[in-house]
Amino acid sequence: MVARGEDLAELFENAGKGMTEIMADVGKIAPTTSRNVYIEAEDRETLLVEWLNEALYLTETEGLIFGRFEIDQMSDTTLSATIAGEPFDEKKHDLKTQVKAVTYHNLKVEKKNGGWTAHVIFDV
Amino acid sequence: MSSARPLPVRLNETTWEIPQTFDSGMRVPGIIFADDELMAAASQDMAFVQVANVAHLPGIERASLAMPDIHWGYGFPIGGVAATRLEDGVVSPGGVGFDISCGVRLLATELGAADVRAKIREIMHELSRSIPKGLGGRARVRLSPGDLDGVLRQGAAWCVKNGYGRSEDLDVIEKNGTYPDAEPGLLSARAKERGLDQLGTLGSGNHFVEVQEIAEVYDSEAAAALGLFRGQAAVMIHSGSRGVGHQVCTDSLKTMNRVVARERYALPDRQLACAPIASAAGREYLSAMRAAANFGLANRQAIAHWVRQSFELLFGVSSERLGMRLIYDVSHNLAQIESHEVNGKTVDLCVHRKGATRAFGPGHPDVPPTYRDIGQPVMIPGDMGTASYVLLGTKAAMRLSWGSTCHGAGRLLSRKAAVKRMAGEALRRELESKGVIVEAGHVRTLSEEAPYAYKDVSRVVDVCVKAGLSIKVAKMRPLGVLKG
Repeated sequence: MVARGEDLAELFENAGKGMTEIMADVGKIAPTTSRNVYIEAEDRETLLVEWLNEALYLTETEGLIFGRFEIDQMSDTTLSATIAGEPFDEKKHDLKTQVKAVTYHNLKVEKKNGGWTAHVIFDV
Repeated sequence: MSSARPLPVRLNETTWEIPQTFDSGMRVPGIIFADDELMAAASQDMAFVQVANVAHLPGIERASLAMPDIHWGYGFPIGGVAATRLEDGVVSPGGVGFDISCGVRLLATELGAADVRAKIREIMHELSRSIPKGLGGRARVRLSPGDLDGVLRQGAAWCVKNGYGRSEDLDVIEKNGTYPDAEPGLLSARAKERGLDQLGTLGSGNHFVEVQEIAEVYDSEAAAALGLFRGQAAVMIHSGSRGVGHQVCTDSLKTMNRVVARERYALPDRQLACAPIASAAGREYLSAMRAAANFGLANRQAIAHWVRQSFELLFGVSSERLGMRLIYDVSHNLAQIESHEVNGKTVDLCVHRKGATRAFGPGHPDVPPTYRDIGQPVMIPGDMGTASYVLLGTKAAMRLSWGSTCHGAGRLLSRKAAVKRMAGEALRRELESKGVIVEAGHVRTLSEEAPYAYKDVSRVVDVCVKAGLSIKVAKMRPLGVLKG
């Protein structure tokens, strides 16, 4: 998946939505349940992997699928955010492929053309 | 890739070499078991470059190997086999995979395929009802933390103690159903959390429970020793360690990345992150991996229990009377410390097999006594529409591939491309017209697992046989398939 954003926060929010889009129709997810996320990591790439893995973990253990990702604050190595979604429903959300994990393979977070781009490969 | 780089060189009909000159960081050459067509496929998705990458790993012994079902993976190719020395070598979670101890088992029955075909819809329906599957498939029984600890420590043995299956089952599972030296305490809270609600769940993707007919027997002596006969109905289970394995892999890659940065390993791919086997990080990964592997064994043991119960319900007699014996259970995503011969000496090595199956030959002490004369059974799951196989390991495999063989068909098309080609429902109908009843938790994405998305498993198996890595015992055809 290739995600883009004008700043790092927007990049991370779009990456979250991009990952959900692999699994379901983001537009059909109502933001009725929210979770707070706080992450610390060594570098931007690891931060991105942890961020996406956090959403996947909640999907698996709580059965929620997230359509809204809002970064409250972030740096190169920390972020705090609120993500919102609802219990996933195969029919309502148009469930597609399950994302099982985020990999480090060819992982890139870089500044490009006045904005930010991320390349992430998922284990599906 | 510059055009001056040497391409794989053919050594014989089924073996290719990537010379060390391909890439200056290679410590050993790469060896790929393949025929022309499979080698062309490996070149297309650059999987052979991954074989060369693995050859960079510190302490790798002899060669970076790949099986004929080789295809592109995360770091290591799927179908990759690499043995590293214990003193100066590394262990790499990418050489095991996310789904630690993804594996296969085969249950015999004394039923003929005709008896089973007559009830196939009811059987598939009952299996679908009794085995949780797919995304969000919650276990029938939620484990207590104490139970989970038992599962992680004892694997299938815990299941038998708690009423899932028979004690004889343990005799025909790798390591008697328990990978020793597993340390559940090393798992993160998150890995454990994921395991509490997943014991006995099928998962999704290429995992399945398949009711099969033994369509062909190639070696009647071996088949008899395994309790297989032509026209027999059998059940194959393909599943792994679910969220536990995935989390252990994710957690360990984080640790390993730090080790790589600190030791300044020059690795061509971040996903080859590793740590010395002799280090705390290396030892801890192996112990956590074994715990996850035990979850995989326990998972298949629990699923097999419900398969037996489903047949009992539908045929009205005990699974013992139905002859539902476990034939064997193998993992195809694992790293194990094993003794092998290197330059005439017996040496302990850490053998990584990712999408490759252990295939020990006759006489090996790790092969159950009942099979020791013929060699270790290997189950090769095919795709839904074609065939699966039972093979045996060979003495030659010990010499050529650290006692390893292929694991399946290997993907040909990406999931996205596969779904584009045919809708899930249309595929289901097509398979039904061919006599294969499919129960899918998720029909829409069924096409991701379509026969056309995979390489030809028969071809893959034939290369392994020609290369001397395995002997063909039997071929199975699907009658009914349960998918997540």
